[in-house]
Amino acid sequence: MKIPLSYSFRNLLTRRLTTTLTTSGMALVVFVFATILMLAEGLRKTLVDTGSYDNVIIIRRASTTEVQSGIDRYQASVAETQPEIAIGHNGRKLAAKEMVVIINLPKRGSEKPSNVTIRGIGEQSLLLRPQIELIEGRMPKPGSSEVIAGENITRRFRGCGIGEKLHFGMRDWTVVGIFRAGSTGFNSEIWGDVDQFMQAFRRPVYSSITFRLRDYSDFEKVKERIEGDPRLTLEAKREIQYYADQSEMMTKFLRILGMSLTIIFSIGAMIGATITMYAAVANRTSEIGTLRALGFQRRNILFAFLAESMLMSFIGGFAGLFFASFMQLLTISTVNWQTFSELAFSFTLTGEIVCQSLIFSVIMGFLGGVFPAFRASRMNIIDALSAR
Amino acid sequence: MHILKLIFRNALRHKLRTALTILGITIAILAFGILRTLVNAWYSGVEASSSTRLIARNSISLVFSLPLSYREKIRQIPGVKGVSYAIWFNGAYISEKNFIPNFAVEPKTFLELYPEYLLPEDQKTAFIRDRKSAIAGRKVAERFQWKVGDSITLKGTIFPGTWEFVLRGIYYGAEKTADETQLFFHWNYLNERLKKTTPRRSDQTGVYIIGIDNPDQAAEISEAIDKTFKNSLAETITETEKAFQMSFVSMTQAIVTVIQLVSFLVIIIIMAVVANTMAMTARERIGEYAIMKTLGFGGWYIAALILGESLVLTITGCVLGIILTFPTAEHFGKTMGNFFPVFNVSVITIVLDAAASFLVGLLAAVFPTWRAVKIHIADGLRRIG
Repeated sequence: MKIPLSYSFRNLLTRRLTTTLTTSGMALVVFVFATILMLAEGLRKTLVDTGSYDNVIIIRRASTTEVQSGIDRYQASVAETQPEIAIGHNGRKLAAKEMVVIINLPKRGSEKPSNVTIRGIGEQSLLLRPQIELIEGRMPKPGSSEVIAGENITRRFRGCGIGEKLHFGMRDWTVVGIFRAGSTGFNSEIWGDVDQFMQAFRRPVYSSITFRLRDYSDFEKVKERIEGDPRLTLEAKREIQYYADQSEMMTKFLRILGMSLTIIFSIGAMIGATITMYAAVANRTSEIGTLRALGFQRRNILFAFLAESMLMSFIGGFAGLFFASFMQLLTISTVNWQTFSELAFSFTLTGEIVCQSLIFSVIMGFLGGVFPAFRASRMNIIDALSAR
Repeated sequence: MHILKLIFRNALRHKLRTALTILGITIAILAFGILRTLVNAWYSGVEASSSTRLIARNSISLVFSLPLSYREKIRQIPGVKGVSYAIWFNGAYISEKNFIPNFAVEPKTFLELYPEYLLPEDQKTAFIRDRKSAIAGRKVAERFQWKVGDSITLKGTIFPGTWEFVLRGIYYGAEKTADETQLFFHWNYLNERLKKTTPRRSDQTGVYIIGIDNPDQAAEISEAIDKTFKNSLAETITETEKAFQMSFVSMTQAIVTVIQLVSFLVIIIIMAVVANTMAMTARERIGEYAIMKTLGFGGWYIAALILGESLVLTITGCVLGIILTFPTAEHFGKTMGNFFPVFNVSVITIVLDAAASFLVGLLAAVFPTWRAVKIHIADGLRRIG
């Protein structure tokens, strides 16, 4: 077994140009494959991390996002009285009535405007989202025209650095703090006092109510009560579900794009591997004959050529993955069509993606090498030896 | 003529290898073409925009509305020919998965400002007359098999409730770039109901569409409009329709860039495949090249042989790829119609296809050519395999 294997391996070294070309083709394919998986994973992670399992969000029925929703003060006060809402250490209910709108802000550098989410928060909003930490400055004073900006926003939008001013709703708003929220969607938001925002935007309705459940299994009960109450036109969702729904379209788009690209690209790379392996077999006909004459079985030959092809693609896959891992340094920001607002997420490499990519590359090598390997193994000893 | 014959004979020596290489190029060109078309589809709104239309929206963002009272004030501004208005309604048909772009518009002025949406005269009058009516684009009508006279129910997402319409017309685009997937209905129908349910939101519109006579005046007129409403509760931003559509594209620029990058990657991958084929071919024939040199053929003749063979491969693959691009794009456009209303293969895409395959053929031949030209006759003859 050892001889055919080392023979294959040494052959790769001898035909350096061909090996390099085929391997780099494979590497590019695996790079694309891994990158798209990483992108989808990054998006999923960002949106799933944004929600907490025991938080419930209430929005107006049939409105799929907070921006579309509107809850008037009366309905909000009814919805807030659910007995299942947890009580915070300050003795008050862990519920926040919030307002979410979208404003246009110019990006730093390009000056191109994009949509940024503005969230008017209540006193309890921060307690509901333990992921959030202030990394610079201070919290806005209640009742003042002060806001804090998420880390991603500060970096990318003009006027969102600490001490800078934003103008909207006929007022100037000073950025007094910058917050970080793990890898969540909140990183792409600007927060301020909800009552001030309602004034400024002349919009006397809340967008959503978020609250923590005393016991997470109470969800069905609360949902039934809120949605069955004739005074309310609201619906309740687990926060996790709400954020997963918001990325549905984008996830689907990435999946379709990724799948089609991977299929097309891998066909290209497999053709490359097949060509290389057929040539390898053709060039080594007499060597194969010699091996067979020495007593190696057909399956040894089959195995040797398959191993050569799979080794080649494995090296390619490893190289592709190596370069793909650098993509983790990049952050992609784009507008999510469903929420119509800016969302930043980064490429995320997981162990699962590493395994998938390597398995994928080996499968490509196998499929590319299987026909040439069969041809090699089926050669007649006499004919092969007499070939020049 | 001899050299051409030699090139074709050479190309056909390894039939399987040639076939595989050509297949690879075909797939790559096909993928490249589809990806370019995808990028173009992103810009379809920009392409379809007219230079004689301006769009005014609330300066805070599109989520905020503008009062209806602005209509008369805008109309008074010199250079303005006509004013219409529209609201993004975003109603869902049966379920949210059946995405249809739908707008509440002022029908008469809207159709005047959008001459590219063609309707038979009787359907047009019926639409304008009936307050509960709607018109839909050809593609969306085909998708849901709507006929004129059908009733359509949308579930409001931004404006709660169920909304019923009667389809009074099916429009089709005057040009290929026109979006035929939208649905339009009466702004008045929406407004009447809002007056009853949420008076706060009535007498408002999303955007104003402003028709102008002279595209050269676009900047001044925009400025005049924005100045009129400066320091009011609802300040405006007015821009050309093109700039307005462009702002949507630039919001998702990152995705467009990724697709563009990938479309170039596919060309690089195929370059590796073709270069590999050519390297192997030249390597196997080193002995022959040496013999040819002995017979007195110059290095450049051999270079032409290799380059010619490489180009034969890529150009054949390219032609096949281009032929396949059209049916694929049509199929793709149908299945992805939800995301992309317009999905047409452009002439530039075809030119780029040809240029890419030519470049691949050229570059793939460089290294083997160099090796074949440089080799000494004695070395070439001595070499085996």
